[in-house]
Amino acid sequence: MARPPLAEAAIVIGAEAEDWRAAVRLAGRALVESGAARAGYADEMIRMIEEHGPYVVIAPGLVLAHARPGPEVLADGLAVVTLATPVFFGHPYNDPVRVVLGLATMSSNDHLESIADLANVFNDSSAIADLAAATSAAEVQRIMGEAV
Amino acid sequence: MKIVAICGAGIGSSGILKINAERVLKRLGLEADVTAAHLGSLATDAADAQIILTSAEFVDAIGKTFADVIVVENYFDTEELTRKLEAALG
Repeated sequence: MARPPLAEAAIVIGAEAEDWRAAVRLAGRALVESGAARAGYADEMIRMIEEHGPYVVIAPGLVLAHARPGPEVLADGLAVVTLATPVFFGHPYNDPVRVVLGLATMSSNDHLESIADLANVFNDSSAIADLAAATSAAEVQRIMGEAV
Repeated sequence: MKIVAICGAGIGSSGILKINAERVLKRLGLEADVTAAHLGSLATDAADAQIILTSAEFVDAIGKTFADVIVVENYFDTEELTRKLEAALG
């Protein structure tokens, strides 16, 4: 499997979120808009954080919101939401969050290639700041390495 | 050598840890079998692991283990991962 496509419908720039749950919901909605998930997937992503804590804030300023594969996932998909005002997840090192990635995967076995691709983008330490500063969906797609 | 990356879902975050750990180990010239797993499968997946890579949130849940537990702060910082893996293996 290649990395899930980053559709324009799955990109939201400069959104306002009053708290971390609202920020995750924005990513959930973007996954719904792009056809990757049903509305309930946002609740599942939130439940993962309620259950296990804010570990999904995996780098300074970045959260990788995701839940397990299941009936709420319709297709592999990725969403990118940038926040106008950074939001705190309660992470010990990586708060506040400016970029929310939403990840939906159909199967837990064949996603590693797509994850490797994500690692390629974000192992470049400037990627998070570049995304946070992006002003158009095309710019986000370019940073994420999409052929636009 | 066996290394297990643990997260809540066994999908996104542990996958990134697995990928980046493999990259770092390759650079260090070390051979290891790196697996991504979630807390629910920890008992079976990590039973014979030498190293567990994870976030601070999971240290208590992982509990008592013979493995070295490495807490990773920035999953994309391969320098941090290199430093911590070298310290654990050295």
